[in-house]
Parts: sequence; structure tokens; C-alpha cells
Amino acid sequence: MGEEIKVIVFKLGSEEYGIEVDKVQTIERMLPITRVPKTYAFVRGVINLRGVVIPVIDLRGRFGLEETEYTDQTRIIIVAVNEMEVGFIVDSANDVIDLHTDKIETPPEVVGGIKAKYLDGVAKIGDDRLLIMLNLSEVLNKNEIIQLESLEE
Amino acid sequence: MDMNQYLSMFIDESNDHLQSLNENMLLLESSPTDLSIVQVIFRSAHTLKGMAATMGFEDLAALTHQMENVLDLVRNEKLAMQDFIFDTLFKGLDALESMVQDITEGGEGKADVSAIVTALQAIVRGEDPSAKPTAANGQNAAPANEANKAIGLDEFQYAVLNQSIEAGHRVLYIDVHIRENCQLKAVRAYMVFELLERSGEVVKSFPSTQDIEQEKFDFSFSLYYITTKDPAELQRQIMGISEIEKADVTELDAETLKQVSEAGAASQEAAAAVAAPTSEDKGQDAPAPKQAQASEKQAPAAKTPAKTGSAVPTRTIRVDIERLDVLMNLFSELLIDRVRLEQLASEVQNHALTETVEHMTRVSTDLQDIVMKLRMVPVDTVFNRFPRMVRDLAKSLDKKVDLIITGADTELDRTVIDEIGDPLVHLLRNAVDHGVEPVADRISAGKPETGTVHLRAFHSGNHVFIEIEEDGRGIYRDKVLKTALKKGVVTEEQAAGMSDEEVHQLLFAPGFSTAEKISDVSGRGVGLDVVKAKITSLGGQVTIYSTPGKGTNFSVQLPLTLSIIAAMLVKMGSEKYAIPLSSIVETGIVKKGQIRTVHGNKMVEFRGTLIPLISLSRIFNIKDFDENEEDETEIIVIHKGERLAALAIDQFIGQNEIVLKSLGKYLPQIKGISGATILGDGQVALILDPNVFIK
Repeated sequence: MGEEIKVIVFKLGSEEYGIEVDKVQTIERMLPITRVPKTYAFVRGVINLRGVVIPVIDLRGRFGLEETEYTDQTRIIIVAVNEMEVGFIVDSANDVIDLHTDKIETPPEVVGGIKAKYLDGVAKIGDDRLLIMLNLSEVLNKNEIIQLESLEE
Repeated sequence: MDMNQYLSMFIDESNDHLQSLNENMLLLESSPTDLSIVQVIFRSAHTLKGMAATMGFEDLAALTHQMENVLDLVRNEKLAMQDFIFDTLFKGLDALESMVQDITEGGEGKADVSAIVTALQAIVRGEDPSAKPTAANGQNAAPANEANKAIGLDEFQYAVLNQSIEAGHRVLYIDVHIRENCQLKAVRAYMVFELLERSGEVVKSFPSTQDIEQEKFDFSFSLYYITTKDPAELQRQIMGISEIEKADVTELDAETLKQVSEAGAASQEAAAAVAAPTSEDKGQDAPAPKQAQASEKQAPAAKTPAKTGSAVPTRTIRVDIERLDVLMNLFSELLIDRVRLEQLASEVQNHALTETVEHMTRVSTDLQDIVMKLRMVPVDTVFNRFPRMVRDLAKSLDKKVDLIITGADTELDRTVIDEIGDPLVHLLRNAVDHGVEPVADRISAGKPETGTVHLRAFHSGNHVFIEIEEDGRGIYRDKVLKTALKKGVVTEEQAAGMSDEEVHQLLFAPGFSTAEKISDVSGRGVGLDVVKAKITSLGGQVTIYSTPGKGTNFSVQLPLTLSIIAAMLVKMGSEKYAIPLSSIVETGIVKKGQIRTVHGNKMVEFRGTLIPLISLSRIFNIKDFDENEEDETEIIVIHKGERLAALAIDQFIGQNEIVLKSLGKYLPQIKGISGATILGDGQVALILDPNVFIK
């Protein structure tokens, strides 16, 4: 049986993505980022979020999408998963919607260039809007990153 | 009554008492005839028993009770301390500790202690092996001829009493009645016991001492008592305690005693039945004047039991550790704001503002001192379990070892204290197992039979040193190198060129163990590398000093605290980094011409020696700064132990107190970066770990 969930909607390029609201701590405008050397390429650095140091990753970089300049619309979504706090840099975040889990369908193999394993599914909202639900623990899965890194070397 | 609110107090105090028991037992072991120590032990045990019983931890109370029995015999010189008694008592203490531990973790504090209890009882019985035959003689059962002497005696108690009579002591049967309007009858009873125990020994009481302490008795109790005092005098003294209505003191001779003992334990219930009406009878003729006197005395008297057993009151309070952590965090926030204010004030150039900020800085510096001190804990909290550990260890290895602790009052931040225990255990085990030789070897080496392990703690600058030094066999360079070669830790070439200090450091290499045979205690090749890793992660260092044949000294250097450090802030192009002051030797400027290249590595001259010049901008891929393009480069000379290196940097910003923050769980460990801090302008600066740069 499905249930109603609230979902934060954000954009990367023209695609719309969703994260369940209870995994999101806060959404911030761009903050000064301190670069952290010698770490994953998509880690932009760390920010000071009210006294707590939080790493931020560029979600475009994480998904292997082309990176763009940050604009007024750029947001940092702070999520907390598995006791980790991480900030995602996204193109914009401006919507919270109610979604019925029954509407989420298994994703096709590749959506918007993102591997299916990072996704929980795709939901059709409205007439022609597709919402891609992120699987946060996969996105933040460090084991896979380590494998990726070693492949590159 | 809801006991939960008292639980944490109970746990704290139990731990205190257990600790004091452990310490005093060790003291006693070194001077087994010092009865004053036994008294202290007995009091601790007694208090512990009382607390456990009150809190309803029956097993804990029962075991303590048995230990108390043994101690009681010792303190009354009925039993001489012997090795096996110590061992059993220590086992008892261990069991008590694990029970308290269980309670701490939310358990019931239940444990099967029957083996230890049996052992303890055996010790108590061991006092008089002839007890059994004597008691067996009393088969021709005859009813006790006096109703109020009906409390039963078991074989052992009978034996003790009988022996006392033979030894010329007086055995008294005392029946005490407390006034029925008495509010705190347990306290009164306690006072009676207290009085009696001053001049003799209570062998048996009915109801049991435990029940009496828990107020599980009517208004009377009876007991058997051994003393040398005059019964009439004793009666007068008991009556001197307020709210005691009546005290019958009867002296028993061997014959009556025998009759009483024959009544046996079975008649106890009957005795209770008899005792109850008796007390009612005698309740009638309560002398009135005494009653008034009693209520006057009640208040001061009630305090007496509270005082005994607990230590001299100190002017301290217990504070939840979490609150201190919160305080520390809040203070860190304040510190960040202070730095920010300082920055603003220097920009605004307003005299009044600058003055205020300066004052605030002074106050907050003092405040910081205090907050830091609050979190300081004497290393004794870690050291106190070591004497016991070393004792057990030495025993199991059949070695003789004296542990001498100095500087146990040296204070360290709690965060460091929490982490330092295990590494020290490893080092001590190592010292006793590998360092101190077996007795035979020591004698043939012309050393005293007993090895000495010094455990020292002392302050030096911004660090605390903990040294573990033994007068054992020392470290032999050749032996270490041989093993290292065999295990592939070093190559022959490397080995030849190594200094003694470097050879010693090999002991910390993973998978290294010099002990020829693997023992229970240490020598499985794990341990020292873990010790080193742990201490390094705490921002400390381990150094080994050793003279072959004379002994070894493991010196552990630790930072005072882990949460606030003094650091030098530097700029690298647009980026800012913090370098802990503790690693910095000096700052300076070198001209391009002074930089030499040796084997492709850049070196600079520093006080007559060449030291490597490390390019931070290259290591950290800093894009907008390259020292090679500058004619003059600022350098920071850092050290790791004796070794030095210079970091090329762009600009000094200044020295600051910084608050350590972690980078969060998501990022993996980054080589060369130990954490982050928040600067006055709200930006994050990374903290360098200079140790990594010096190989």
C-alpha cells in the first residue's frame, strides 16, 4: 500500500528531481565554500552551516553531468542520511509537492544520464512533468566512489 | 519509591567505593598486618552493602556481605590475611565491578556469584576446622530453656562463640527493644551495632543485620556478641542511646551456649514469634523522662550513620559530562564570535569599541581557561586501575613487579583521558611481559628480584607526558633488526643505516613482535602499532628510550586538549589554512637563492643544517599561489619529534585560538588535513596535520 509523502523538488538542467522532505534538513542559498584538496572531484568543499562544518558536493558532478556556473537560483540542499550530513549543490529548488508513492514507477535504465541505481523511481506529476526520485543512500554510497576512483587511476 | 533518581548516584558512589576497595586491598597486600587498612576496607564494603540493599540489588548486597564477613574476621584479628584470601577477595571485587557495570548499562546487576560466595564462606569456616565435630556432639536435642535465647546458631557461629569463651572472652546475648514511637528504628539499631562493634564483635543477630538495615524488623532485635567488657557497663551504654527502651544483656557460659546452638536454625521462626509479644510486654513501662530526652537527641543522632562510611566531605559537585560538553560547544561559538568582533573592531577603528572588545577578549580568555579546567580530569582516573592490573599480570607471569605511580594528579582533558586508557594498558602489559625479566634472569643479571615499573605523568609546556619505564632487559638493536628483516618490515640496506631511535620505532610497525614466544599477555604482534596509531590520532607521540640490559622507557607525549588549539593562520593565495602551534618551531623568510636542490628535493638551510622545503601549494593543488614565482618565500619550520621541515607559504595571517571541528562523516580521511575550524569571518579554514609532511 502506498502513502502520501512530501517531496522537495529541485532542478538539474531541465530535469526535475525529488527528495523526501524528511531527509532534508534545510535549503540554503549559495554560501562561501572552502575548497578541500585531495578528495573526490565532485566534492566542492566544506561550508559553515551555523557552526557546523558540512561537506558539499556538486550533484551535477556526482552524476557526471556537465557543470555550470552558479546563479542566483543555485541552492544547497542539506540532507542527512545514515548519520552523514551533506550539502547538494543544485540548479534551483523551489517546490514542495505531495506525492503518492503508488505513482512512483521503476525507472528505465538511464534517466537524464543518471544510472538507474541512484534512483528510487520516476513519478509522473501533472500532464507532462516527470519527477525523478533520488535514492540518497546510493548517491552517498562511498564504496562505489572508491571503486570509481580506482578505475580512473 | 522510585529508585531511578538515585540510581546514578548509587552507580557513582559504588564505583568510588569499589575503587577505594581495590586500592586499599592492594595497600593491604603490601602490609597485610596493618589493621587500620582493614578497617577502611570494611567500612567501604559495609557502605556498599547498605547501598546495594537499599537499591534492591540483592546479589550485590549478598556478595558484599560475604566479603564483609571475611574482612570482619580479619579486622578482629581472628584471621590472618593470606594469599588465597586476597585472591578470593579480589575475585569478589571483580564480580562486584561487573555487577555495577551491568547496572550502569541498565541491567539488573544480577550475577551468579555462588562460587565466590562458597569460597568466601569456606574462608570464614576455615577459621576453625574443629567446628564440625563440636556441633555434631550436640545431637541430644533439648529445647532452649530460655525463650528469648531462641535465635539459632549455625555450626560455625557456635564454634566461634565457644572458642571465644574458651579464650576467656565474654559471650553476651543482648536483647534490645526500641521505643515503638521511634521514627528511625533502623538508625537506632545501627547506633547500637556501631556502639557494640567498637568494643567487640557481633556474631549473629536476629533479624539479620541486612533486614535491620532495611527496617525489616519490629521494635526489637537480639544478637550474640563477643567482648571483654563488663555486661552491666555495656547495658548502660546501650541505654545511653536515645529511644532505646530496654536492653537485656545476658552473659552466656559454655553450657547455655551449647543448649542454644542445639535449638538450631529451625527454631528461628519460633523465636520471632516469641520475640514479638515480649517486646509488647515490655513496651508498657517506658520511662517518661527519657522519652523527651530522646526526641531532643533525635536530629543529631540521625546524622551519625550518614557520616560514617563516606569520605571527608570535599567541596565538589558532580556534573553530568554532557553538560560540560554543551558548555564547551557554546564557548566555542563564543570564541568564533570574539574573533569576528576583533576583526570588525580593527576595521572600524572606533576607540570605545576597540577597548570593549579588548576587555571582552581578556574576559573570554579567562573564561576559556576555566572551561578548559572544568573538563580536566586527573590521570588518576585512568591510572587507578593499573596497580591491580599489574599485580594480576605479574602473578600470572610469575614475575615480581612493583608499580610506582607518580604524578597521578596531573590533569588532562576528558576527551584525551577517555582515549588514553587502552594504549596505556598495552604499554604496561608490554613492560611487564616483555620488559621485566623472570625472577631467575634478574638474579643472574645481578638485579633485584623485584622489577620496578614506573608510571609517571607530568606537564611540560602545552603537553602532558606519560612515561612507562621499567628496569628490565632493554631493547637490543640487533634483535629488533633481525626480527624486522625476517618479517620484511625493513630491508638489509635500510637496516644498516638506521639510527637507534629509528630502530626503536620499528617496534611500532604493524605485525611486529619481538617476543620469542607468544604469551597470553602480549606478543601476538598486535598492540604496539595500535598504540602508536591511537596516540598519533590523539595528536601525541611515542618515543622509546632504552639501554640494553638496563631497561626501557616509553614516553608518550599528549596534547592537553583536543578541542581548542593555538594555531598559526596562513594564507595560500585565496585559501586560508591553520597550522597547530605545537608543531611550529619558527617562522622565517628565505630568498630564492637560498633554496638548494639536493637529489631533486628542495632544501633550505636552517640553523646550520639542510632541511627539506615542502611545497604546500603543490601538495594541495593550490591554483592561485606558487612559491616558485616569488623572490622571497615565507616559510614555517615544523617539527615531528627531532626532525624538521619547512613549509613554503604565501602570507602569515596571525596566531589564533581555534576550535577544532570535524569535516563530517562523508569525507574520507585526507592526508595532511586533520580537521577544520571556523574563522572570524564565518569561513571554514582547514587545519593542517604537519606530522604527515615529515616522513
